[in-house]
Amino acid sequence: MHAHAQRLIAARLGLALLTLLLVSAVVFGITGLLPGDAAQQALGQAATPEAVTALRHQFGLDQPALQRYVQWLFHVVTGNFGTSLSNNLPVSELIATRLPNSLVLAGLTTLVSVPVALLIGISSAMFRGSLLDRVLNVLTLSTVAVPEFLIATIAVLVFAVKLRWLPALSYLSEVSSFGGLLRIYAMPVMTLCCVIVAQMARMTRAAVLDQLNSSYVEMAILKGASPMRVVLRHVLPNTIGPIANAVALSLSYLFGGVVIVESIFNYPGLASLMVDAVTNRDMPLVQGCVMVFCAAYLALVLIADLAQIVSNPRLRQR
Amino acid sequence: MDKENLHYADAPVGTELERLTRRGASRRDVLRALAAAGMASLTGAGLLTASSGAFAQPQPQPQPKQGGKIRVATQSSSSADTLDPAKGALGTDYVRGNMFYNGLTEFDSHLGAKMGLAESLESKDATVWVVKLRTGVQFHDGKSLTPADVVFSLMRNKDPATASKAKTVADQFKEVKATGPNEVTITLEGANADLPVILADSHFLIIKDGTTDFKTAVGTGPYKVKDFSPGVRTVGVRNEKYWKPGLPHIDEIELIGISDESARVNALLSGDVQLINAVSPRSTERIKSTPGFEVLETKTGEYTDLVVRDENGITGNDDFRRGMFYLQDREQIKRAVFRGFGTIANDQPIDPTNKYYLAGIPQRTFDPDKAKFYFQKSKVGSTPVQLFASPAAEGSVEMAMLLQQAAPAAGLNLQVTRVPADGYWSNHWMKHPLGFGNVNARPSADVLFTQFFKSDAPWNEANWKSPKFDQMLLAARGEPDDAKRKKIYGDMQVLVHETGGVGIPMFQSSLDAHTSKLQGLGSIPLAGLMGFAFAEHVWLVS
Repeated sequence: MHAHAQRLIAARLGLALLTLLLVSAVVFGITGLLPGDAAQQALGQAATPEAVTALRHQFGLDQPALQRYVQWLFHVVTGNFGTSLSNNLPVSELIATRLPNSLVLAGLTTLVSVPVALLIGISSAMFRGSLLDRVLNVLTLSTVAVPEFLIATIAVLVFAVKLRWLPALSYLSEVSSFGGLLRIYAMPVMTLCCVIVAQMARMTRAAVLDQLNSSYVEMAILKGASPMRVVLRHVLPNTIGPIANAVALSLSYLFGGVVIVESIFNYPGLASLMVDAVTNRDMPLVQGCVMVFCAAYLALVLIADLAQIVSNPRLRQR
Repeated sequence: MDKENLHYADAPVGTELERLTRRGASRRDVLRALAAAGMASLTGAGLLTASSGAFAQPQPQPQPKQGGKIRVATQSSSSADTLDPAKGALGTDYVRGNMFYNGLTEFDSHLGAKMGLAESLESKDATVWVVKLRTGVQFHDGKSLTPADVVFSLMRNKDPATASKAKTVADQFKEVKATGPNEVTITLEGANADLPVILADSHFLIIKDGTTDFKTAVGTGPYKVKDFSPGVRTVGVRNEKYWKPGLPHIDEIELIGISDESARVNALLSGDVQLINAVSPRSTERIKSTPGFEVLETKTGEYTDLVVRDENGITGNDDFRRGMFYLQDREQIKRAVFRGFGTIANDQPIDPTNKYYLAGIPQRTFDPDKAKFYFQKSKVGSTPVQLFASPAAEGSVEMAMLLQQAAPAAGLNLQVTRVPADGYWSNHWMKHPLGFGNVNARPSADVLFTQFFKSDAPWNEANWKSPKFDQMLLAARGEPDDAKRKKIYGDMQVLVHETGGVGIPMFQSSLDAHTSKLQGLGSIPLAGLMGFAFAEHVWLVS
């Protein structure tokens, strides 16, 4: 198993590097197609031709695109992600201030959403066709169908403006106690859970149902195992692979896709940083953020694959 | 004017009166302070500059309270936030600038100039200006204000590497040099009687000589930087040694950005922030109906205008232009698009809050029949005409819809193309024969006319060329007599109204909202948040 896992990890890391390279090239190419550049964006309405030329020169934007890309790549290899064009701070510093926030939000959402999703998925599979199954089905589908800005705004209206239980802004400077942490994260985490629970729950339900139809389950039932034991002892280990993949896909959304939640709750995370960067045509910062998102995505998928191998004796023994 | 009077003239009269009454001043003292204030405004006018009335009518105000913390949310905050006054581009940048720095002059409630770090600003010919600096002013790090700081702060705006937003304005500084221990002489390329107002612009705030690093701000302003993280927050704490006696009142101000309007209003109503700007007219009812909150309307000179560019083609036709302007339903734009907040305008850019506004130009009204007459005269026929609108120019999409609805009645085949806000200013604005622009209030009539209407102005939106106008602009700029200036500006307004290429349906108001506990907010017609300079004026009552 070790050898197999090691080979897989090595191969994946190699592929990951290649993917990052390709993604960076594509992102560089696409942002080059966007109308306007950092100099025009920085000057806004005040962009007279001579001011733009001067600023372009200062930013190094007057060099050919390919040369700029190779230069950027060369710097990244030496661990230097460059300097943001819009505020002159190192990209690594900007990302370092936002990344922990994104990780905490993603982590808390995972802690809440994964158990809930598993519970919903497994129970609706166990009682398939029942009232419970249908109710859960409608419930999860309707939460995923409602746009998250609506959920977030209604939550703020109810809990912050009317009841005044929770703050309307997720404000990190005020966290002093565990209770404070809960109050601040309650609404963003709830909103994000609404978005991702449904998908994970439905994938779990499908995976568990798939196994419930197989002959070994029939065997287990015939030998007299309780339904609980059948699901937890016999079925679940066989569904870890697909479930892990569904979870990984859902969680990858928690990095780049949370920009609406970040802006409504004024939460300083990576997604809003990246949106700012695109608006300002701040290439180094865009690239830095994309690299982080891409790396996080690849890491999650790798973990899911490893989970699949570990949980499957046939793969484990190869 | 003797030295003592000058000293009195420096401090805002409200504060000075309070100080006097607190220490039990005699009636004569108080009267003298008032008289000095009156004289200040007189001499101000004599010096070609300050608007009258700013000092002359001290409002009876409730006693300000010291202390407390507030949090303020503006609509814009991003990783491009800056502490460099020259680079300031958005409301938050200007608020930050006014928290941490001072200018040589400041705006009063009529967009006149009152003295800031300058004790006086004098000129005989409006070309060579002598600035006497206030003594005893210290930067946050204890360094005294010197002429070198002023020279550096003003001249860096001319350097292309600074990427100053005010470079075009700064280019008229021919020379700025120290001419004494507390004196700076500014020589302009040509006469400009508006210099005191120009210097109040936040891009010309005074920073320390040689500053290149703007991770923090060391200025002379009412607050000191405690924390600055771009796109996240800015925290300022009270500057104990601020040179204006008794100011500021609040101990700590935290500035954040919430770009989503409804999230911003919710944050206010839930008590998380105490003051917000850029409130949508739609939200005003909700805020007003909640006890403990108020909406503050600031009438400004900002406008979204229909640009009919004088290029080859139908938009260069005078009759077509007149037709388009008669097709604007100003009443409905005001009512439906801006919910009644604003002032109807008359296709010329000087708004009624401006001291040079000319009242009495006949109002152009919504008149499809007249429009039809002009369109027929212009022989536009049924050729489709493209109109570009974008959310970037506030209200323009709705205004375009209204025009489109009215067009068939006037026999015009108008087609509206909506383009995204992103990149609008560099890719669409002034690039189409028929489109929209948006112009923020400018500090003076001269700046506005120079930037947007002079024949060779880079932002001459309608490509409108009038040698007569250019001539009058230069004449007014160098005219020391205020009455004569007003006359010239009046004629220019008539000229733009009659022959210009932009349709200005209305002047917009800037809407702020705040908790009733926050007091001392006034309005400076430049923009909301007291022209972005609220920080030193407000206080909290419990």
